[in-house]
Order: sequence, then C-alpha cells, then structure tokens
Amino acid sequence: MNFEFSDDVTVMREEVRRLLTERVPPGAVRRLVDAGQPFDRPLWQEIGALGWMGISLPEAFGGSGLDHETLCMLAEEIGRVAASVPFSSSIYLAAEAIALFGSEEQKRTWLPGLASGEVVGTFALAEGNGFSTAEHVRAAVLNGRITGRKLPVWDGLVADLFVVAARDADGDIGLYLVTAQSVIRTPLETIEYGREAAAVVFENGIADRLLAAKGWSAVEKLLDRAAILFAFEAVGGAEAILTMAVDYTTQRFAFGRSIASMQAIKHMLADVYVAIELARSNAYYGAWALAHDAPELTIAAATARLAAIAAYETASAQAIQVHGGMGFTQEVDCHIHYRRAKRLATEIGPRRYWSDRLIAHLPATAG
Amino acid sequence: MDFADTPEEASFRAETRVFLDAHLPLKQGARGYRNRTHDAEHAKASQAWQATKAAAGFAGIHWPREYGGRGGSQMESIIFAQEEARYDAPYYLFNQSVGMALPTIMKWGRPDQTEKFARPALYGDDIWCQLFSEPAAGSDLAGLRTRAVRDGDEWVIDGQKIWTSNAHFARFGMLVARTDVSVAKHDGLTAFILDMETPGIEVRRIRQVSGNSNFCEVFLSDVRIPDSDRLAGVGQGWKVSLTMLANERFAVGQAEGPDVEDMIELARTIEIDGKPAIDDPEARARIADWWVKAQGLKFTRLRTQTALSRGRTPGPEASIGKLVSATTAQQMASYGIDLLGQAGTILDPAIAPMNAWFQQAYLYSPGKRISGGTDEILRNIIAERVLGMPAEPRADKGMPFSQIPTSAR
Repeated sequence: MNFEFSDDVTVMREEVRRLLTERVPPGAVRRLVDAGQPFDRPLWQEIGALGWMGISLPEAFGGSGLDHETLCMLAEEIGRVAASVPFSSSIYLAAEAIALFGSEEQKRTWLPGLASGEVVGTFALAEGNGFSTAEHVRAAVLNGRITGRKLPVWDGLVADLFVVAARDADGDIGLYLVTAQSVIRTPLETIEYGREAAAVVFENGIADRLLAAKGWSAVEKLLDRAAILFAFEAVGGAEAILTMAVDYTTQRFAFGRSIASMQAIKHMLADVYVAIELARSNAYYGAWALAHDAPELTIAAATARLAAIAAYETASAQAIQVHGGMGFTQEVDCHIHYRRAKRLATEIGPRRYWSDRLIAHLPATAG
Repeated sequence: MDFADTPEEASFRAETRVFLDAHLPLKQGARGYRNRTHDAEHAKASQAWQATKAAAGFAGIHWPREYGGRGGSQMESIIFAQEEARYDAPYYLFNQSVGMALPTIMKWGRPDQTEKFARPALYGDDIWCQLFSEPAAGSDLAGLRTRAVRDGDEWVIDGQKIWTSNAHFARFGMLVARTDVSVAKHDGLTAFILDMETPGIEVRRIRQVSGNSNFCEVFLSDVRIPDSDRLAGVGQGWKVSLTMLANERFAVGQAEGPDVEDMIELARTIEIDGKPAIDDPEARARIADWWVKAQGLKFTRLRTQTALSRGRTPGPEASIGKLVSATTAQQMASYGIDLLGQAGTILDPAIAPMNAWFQQAYLYSPGKRISGGTDEILRNIIAERVLGMPAEPRADKGMPFSQIPTSAR
C-alpha cells in the first residue's frame, strides 16, 4: 500500500513550490489587483511553457499524458499561493470536458491551445441564484445556435472558449463549445480578489456540441472530477493560511508573552490543523479515485470536497481572528484566502448539493 | 497511490485469514453492537483467545522472537488487527500489557525483567494495569503524590491511584511514584512493577456514568516492592511514563462508537413524519459531516500506515484519531437520541433500536474525551509538537516539588 504522492510527484512538487513561492510572494496578488490586471498573465505564460496546464492531457493533443495525481499536486500548490491564474476554469473544467466528451476533431482543435495556455477556457453552468440542478439550466440551443445568460462565469472576461451547459430542442441537457467572439460579457463585482467573474450573454452564437456529453449526468461527472482538484486547491490554501497564523501568533507578544503560548489560540489552531489533515487524507482518496477512474469516484469526490471546503473556510476565518486588526486589512493576505475559500465553497455547487450527492451514493452496506 | 498489499503483506494477510477462519465466526451483519460489560467470564474468554493467538504466533506480532513474538513488522500487526476486526472476537484486555507495559519494559528494563514478564503477558495469563493517574494528578501527571520511600532492599509505597482500567483483574501494575520531593516534579519520579497480590493493596471499582465499572481506585498502604522490581533508574520515572503514554496513544487509538455507519443504519431504519430520517435535510447534512470526518480518519490511518510500511515513525499527528472520534461519537450518540424523539431516552434494549446502542453510548462517550489524554491535552500536543507553538508558561517550572502550590495551601 502507498497512500502518499509518488516519489516522482514529490520531487516535481519541490520545483513547483520553489517557482510559485518566488513568483507569488506575499502581497503579489494585491499589487496585481491594484494595477487593475484581471489575472497574472506573465505567470500564466510561464507555467504554460513549463507544461503545467497540459500535464494530464493526452500527449497526442499537446499534453504530457501524466496521470491526475500530478495535476492534483499542481492544484494544491497553486492553491497554496492563491495564484491569480484561471487554472481551475481552463483545466479542471474546460479542458477536462473536452477530453472526456469531445470528438477527435474537437480535441485536436482545442486541447493543444488549452495545454499551452494560449487558449483560456471556462465552464458556464450557473444562471443566477440557486444551484444548478438540471431544472436550473435554461440556456437553449436551436439549430446549432445558443441563447441564454450565465452568471457567474469565473474567468469569464479573459476566457477565449466557453463550455456551456444548455438544453437542445428536445429539452435534453448537453455541453457546447462557444467561442468568445459571439458572446457579450460584463464584469461582476464579487467577494473574490484576484479572480474575476462575468455575466455572459449568449445571443445566437455558434454552439458546437460535445456529443459524448449526454444529459445532466455528464455535468455531474465533470463536477465530480473537478471537485477533487478544487479540493486540493483548498487544502493548499488552508495549509498556507495556517502557517501564516502560526508564524504571526508566535511572533506577536501580548501580556508579556507570545500569544501562540495561550491555549485559546493554540486550541483554535490545533482544530484548524485537524480539519486540514482530515481534508488532506480525503483529498488523497480523491486523487486515487481520479487517477484510477475508480467506481468510488463520486463518493470520494463529495467527501474530498466537503472536507476541503470545511477546512479552508475555518482556517481562513480563524487566521483573520488570530491576526487581530491586521487580519481585517488588505495589508496581509488573510482576506484573500477568506474570499477564495467562499468562492471555492460555491463555485461547483454548494455544500447542500454535495451532501445530498454523498448521501445518495453511500454504499448500501453502510449502516 | 494504491491500496494493494506488497506480495509479502498479501501472503501474511492470507495466512491470518486461514488462522482466523479456523477459530472464530465472522461478525453477523455489518456490526455487532458491542457488549460493554467486563465481567470475569468475559475476561476468561479474552484470555483463552489471547493464548490461542500467542501459540500460533499471532500475538505480539512485532515483538522479538526471543520473547515469544513473531519478529514481524508493525505493518503486519496492523494487517492482523484489520482482519481480526472482521470476526467476532472476545473483548481485548491486553492493551495495558501487550500494547503498553511490556514494550516499556523492553525499552527500559533489564533483560531478566523482560524475560520474566513477557510470555505470561503475551499468552494472556497476566493482565496488567497502569497505575499512573491520581485524584490530584490527571493531565498534570508529573504532579503525582504517591510516595515511594527506600527501606533497605525494598521500597515502601503509600498513596492512591485512580481511573485504573482492569485493576480488578490485573496481576501486575506499572506504577509511577515519587521518590524525591526536593527536586523539580519531573525529576523526582521512579517507575516500579507492582505485583497486585502484595499486601496493602485495596482495589475498589468505580461506578461510571454508564453504570459499568471498567475502572478502579487503587489504595496503596505500606506496600512493599523489592528494589529488583524497580524499572530503570531512580528519578527516571517520567521518561518511562512517556514511553508508556506514547504506546497508549498507539494502542488505544479510536473511540468505540457509535460510528457513522451505526448512525446511517439508524437514520435509514427510523422515520420522521412518515419518511426515513435519512431523507430529512438536517439529518443528511449532519450525517454527511460525520461521514467526511470518519473517512478522513480512515485515510489518515492509511497515511500513517504508509509511513510505517516505509520504515518511518509516525509523529504525534496520530493523536488526531482519538480527538476527532471521541467528539463525533458523543455528537452522534446525542443526535441518535434526538432522532428517536421522546422515546429516545429509553435505555431498555427491548425497546430502544439497535440494542440501545445510542443510549449506552450517550452515557459512555464523555469518558472517551477524557481518558488517555483529554481533548485539551491533545490540542496542546498538536499545537506544540506538530505546529511548533511555544509552551504555556508554567507556575511550577523548575520548582522543587515540595514548594509547588496546591489547593491545600
């Protein structure tokens, strides 16, 4: 049994972490936002050239063909520095959708660009408040043309390609490729920081169907797989913010001693540590399920996601708390993780969606 | 990542199954609700099964062969425990002996001490208890007050121990007592092996919240221990205790339940307003949360086992197991009763579902958050040893034991 990342992935992680720590030091996201940049384009180009986006995409389409364990590690490290790159939208969602459900020609057309980072993709599912059950999808495709309105669409302002969930003439849900030229997008003000979202209106643009994506279950499959990668991002972010909280409280003195020596602080951060360890272990199971395309994938995904979101939300909220007034400013990066935790908690479906999915898939032998 | 055994592990697993199949029935259904009584009859069954295992080389799997062990790996111990858990085996009474006292004697004792105590413990003939906690020394164990005074070749012990599991069955006890009050508290302790049949020992069973009596008070009056039964040097008692406690965390591990599968079974079988409880949104959300924690612990154990399997020593992070499982067991017991409504308080197993498991657990589970390291001590351990946060300043640091303030002065 080996319930850890492989040695190859562990070695690669060191390189990845070194680069990201250098490129995204504390305060980097704030400087980017202050400069009005929608995302960190130089970093995006650099990691594209290094092959990160295509790491788990097939070699025939410009990828490296490694298994998803490697992609999980990249997700964790990107989450750790809260990098401002559309990695999740473009890779876990858009590229995965095409790799899973696309024709040879669709793959040939889009995957090399997504793998290099020249093309930014995203997934357009939500249509306003409430969650995307199948009933929630109103966007419609008639004679190869799509109409409808999607929001929020993360990275929607910079995306070149949209994978859109919409209904066909029979009312069946499918996934469609729509290019940016045919859409109208407006920026949305969100709680996020360093990641943007748009409202996207589709007005009779050409919609190219991913033929193998049949019905709502295709959406569920895509979300299950993405949930594991999002979980790794959350675990990375949670661990980073816990380290910040431990360092800050150790250096901060009050009442004549380091506040980290106080049990009120220690116990709070010990609980955060426990939540992160549980989340990490569940994420590992998810990584295993993803890499082996295991039948347990749905339950592994829901478990990994629920644990990771809980850990990230509690870690980021408690980090602000132990930083005191400083935590409540934009001077330190606590707020970025606090915001990101909530975006990750909702982006591919809220807690309720995943709890229900988990309960519905519990093995009959449980209980 | 993979879950496959190595070829050696797979062959050991197959061997254990052949042995277990020959001796025990498989558990009926998903789970048997555990019987919580520990009477003399259960002790006998437990001892007999231990002897069978020892004779076949399946007790003390990672003990050295010279002491009756198998000379195997810790991974093999884990594999055997995983397999044994599938069968209806008697309640295990040997955590304190095989899991804790003997490994401590092997580390700190003379070879003749290990020689004398190892086999009878391994074969289940000798049950052991741990004489550490006192009425005024729980989390602050090093503050214990039981005195050991030297008298020629003997030590004279006076004091009281408490929360001693299995003292009423035990043939031997691992005792820590104070041999010097003029030095700092950690430096004045010494460990002894106590024959529980020595005159001057009185064992009284304590009636727990649950109505069971698994642990005891032990009164020690003019109890004489030969110096040859001292373990390690005079003043080394604290180091010996730490070895024992580290083994305790390894031996005790998880709380006993209810586990999330029990919770799911209850929620699938009972109804709220005409629908199975598991269809209730609140129940779903809570059960999902407990499931996620239980799975997280399960896979954390697999990470620990990976470390063991690769020859590394798992760190103090293993303490999250008890911290999480004890708390969630208490929460689930409480919620299970809530789900049953007004009848939830009925403890009669003829009426309460699942042999009144949730009601019993409601009364039993608070203890698990205290024994073997309280929730609060475990959080301190995580904060200080895993996260590297500084220790709380201590009012008694470096002070001679005799000067330390107590509620009495």
